[in-house]
Amino acid sequence: MRSIRAAATGAVILSLALTATACGGGSTTDGGSNDSPKELTYWASNQGASVEIDKKVLQPELDKFEKQTGIKVKLEVVPWSDLLNRILTAATSGQGPDVLNIGNTWSASLQATGALMPWDAKAFDRIGGKDRFVDSALGSTGAEDQDPAAVPLYSMAYALYYNKQMLADAGVDAPPVTWDELVAAGKKVSKGGKWGIGMEGSNPSENIHHAFVFAQQHGADFFTADGKPDFTNDGAVTAVKQYVDLMAKDKIIAPGNAEYAQNQSVSDFAKGKTAMLLWQSASANLKSQGMADDSYGIAPVPVQSGTPGAGKQVNSMVAGINLAVFKNSDNIDGATDFVKFMTSDAEQKILNTAYSSIPPVKAAQEDAAFNSPANSVLKDTLAQSAVALPQVPDESQFETAVGTAIKDLFADAAGGREVTTASVEAALTKAQQQMPKK
Amino acid sequence: MSPDTAMTATAPAAEAAARKTSPGAEHGPRRRTGRIRRIGLPYLLLLPALLLELLVHLVPMVIGIVMSFKELTQFYIRDWGAAPWAGLDNYKVSVDFDAPVGQALLHSFFVTLAFTVLSVGLCWLIGTAAAIFMQDTFRGRGLLRALFLVPYALPVYAAVITWVFMFQHDNGLVNHVLHDQLGLTDKPSFWLIGDNSFFALLTVSVWKGWPFAFLIVMAGLQNIPRELYEAAALDGAGMIQQVRRITLPSLRPVNQVLVLVLFLWTFNDFNTPFVLFGRTAPEAADLISVHIYQASFVTWNFGTGSAMSVLLLLFLLVVTGVYLVFTSRQRRPSHG
Repeated sequence: MRSIRAAATGAVILSLALTATACGGGSTTDGGSNDSPKELTYWASNQGASVEIDKKVLQPELDKFEKQTGIKVKLEVVPWSDLLNRILTAATSGQGPDVLNIGNTWSASLQATGALMPWDAKAFDRIGGKDRFVDSALGSTGAEDQDPAAVPLYSMAYALYYNKQMLADAGVDAPPVTWDELVAAGKKVSKGGKWGIGMEGSNPSENIHHAFVFAQQHGADFFTADGKPDFTNDGAVTAVKQYVDLMAKDKIIAPGNAEYAQNQSVSDFAKGKTAMLLWQSASANLKSQGMADDSYGIAPVPVQSGTPGAGKQVNSMVAGINLAVFKNSDNIDGATDFVKFMTSDAEQKILNTAYSSIPPVKAAQEDAAFNSPANSVLKDTLAQSAVALPQVPDESQFETAVGTAIKDLFADAAGGREVTTASVEAALTKAQQQMPKK
Repeated sequence: MSPDTAMTATAPAAEAAARKTSPGAEHGPRRRTGRIRRIGLPYLLLLPALLLELLVHLVPMVIGIVMSFKELTQFYIRDWGAAPWAGLDNYKVSVDFDAPVGQALLHSFFVTLAFTVLSVGLCWLIGTAAAIFMQDTFRGRGLLRALFLVPYALPVYAAVITWVFMFQHDNGLVNHVLHDQLGLTDKPSFWLIGDNSFFALLTVSVWKGWPFAFLIVMAGLQNIPRELYEAAALDGAGMIQQVRRITLPSLRPVNQVLVLVLFLWTFNDFNTPFVLFGRTAPEAADLISVHIYQASFVTWNFGTGSAMSVLLLLFLLVVTGVYLVFTSRQRRPSHG
């Protein structure tokens, strides 16, 4: 009898112990703390040509930070395909990094989850004040009426990269300024296995970035002023159709681009298969693929007519990466110090040079390194003719829903099916119906 | 901790066993407690496993079911408890087949059903055929068997990503063979987008799944006495007759389990379509598992995603239940 009781006690204790250890990780506090002041975890987005290259760029800087503050930063470079899911999981479980990079277009969506530390005036003071940053970059850090959810880290803009030799061979003297010119130039190039321009047809985010700019040029938006989805207005339909027509009607994009989602279009451009490419900060990437700096030129993205500017002359989204602090961090002070370090003038110069992006910090932008002809196109675009994607909580869902609709339209075009105003409208209607109702 | 428990746990078992060998030594109430002890012990020993099973399987399932009644969007994921109750709203949205969300779910359901029936059928057919052909010993049989099992043994991601490269439009091996070398198509086809994606998915699924059927059927074949075949051969039965009259009836219990397992795996398969197509599958290959993933992770509406999962769970429970009832009813008369 005694032995049975012992066995029962043993079994119960064992299972309780296992239960307790299984649940042991779940002690989350609501806010942050400073319980482990000597350590930080940092999730960096993949900015260079590969994760390995990013590690090589970032590690020396993190070592520098450790020397200054004694705080060890554990780095993880997260590929773009995983980043948003990883952040969502971190937000859900409360277990995440201390500091992380986010795509600036996600700012409002992630802000709505409440997982990121809001940057109020006091927080900004600790990193040298809000006015150190360029306005256009600050415009992509969260909803307008709230404290920013993140701080700008790298700024980028779209530009038209063109292969000088290929355009010259086709008898095009200057890079196209309007879409009509681009289509005409593209048609001259597109023969014998060469194509006018490359696209990432299966990448929803790329599709959104272009469709958004086309919509702006047609005076349209994908959201109403009060933040409701409005994907099927005439301007939006015209914009999406004009974009997909580059493949469907104008036939200056190779049909195979419809399944591109891993930056194959950059490789195609570097290899001289396509003459033009719309990309953000491609220089470092092109160099790593063996394309000589002087073999391509950088021009502003075309507009419908006239020259780039505000309103209908917009020719880029405000692209970029923001740096956010996870609200549940157990080293809030250290995390803030790290943000201060990464946005310091010196680090901004080093990092943005390495990634061929533009510093969102005014003082760093003045540096000679960012005054090359290539960078001045990007800088001018950001300053004069770039607009932030809608800063609404549903932005991420919009990227997926409409981006996927465009992916399907590209698939139609590639498969030889007709892309009509009606089919574009139907695809966008379906996308809008997928959006959250509230 | 565990060695201790193991030791104390073996003690009463030995005691009980010792008692069993000396019947009649005890009388009255002592005997009854002994019986209770004997009956109770297995349950006691199962208790830790049962508790862990509850923890690992049932608790997450119950949480999932609770989630399906909540409006769990991005505004609440940080603090689930605060998400408002949605009642049956998530279910209503999922099964409203006149509205786009329900329509898409229904479409995805039918695609999955067609895909599963075809995939399971082909896996079973190829696996069984291969197992029967490999039944007799011949030179190189071991090598072939090992080779056949390779797709099953490969890590899913590595295997499927290879198929992605082969299915690529511009540089893929499939188009190279079908179009460039054999000239079967007018122009290179798209396999990863558009309608052909269904066949791409089916191909990979069958390629990956049939070795399992092969393995199970091969094991089942070992249990069929060789004398049956010899007797049949003496009676003049050919290969086909032997397969129809001996092999297939003898394999029936094995096949019943095999088909059920393949059905559940294929119906729920997430890895293959996800690696093949990424987070948003083309309509023609929109399997329900990826569809639910998209409904929850991509649109950040975990309540609706959970509701769809619960519906899927109910469907699979019904199918499995009906299948088991049906097959066990069939089995009984055949034995009687």
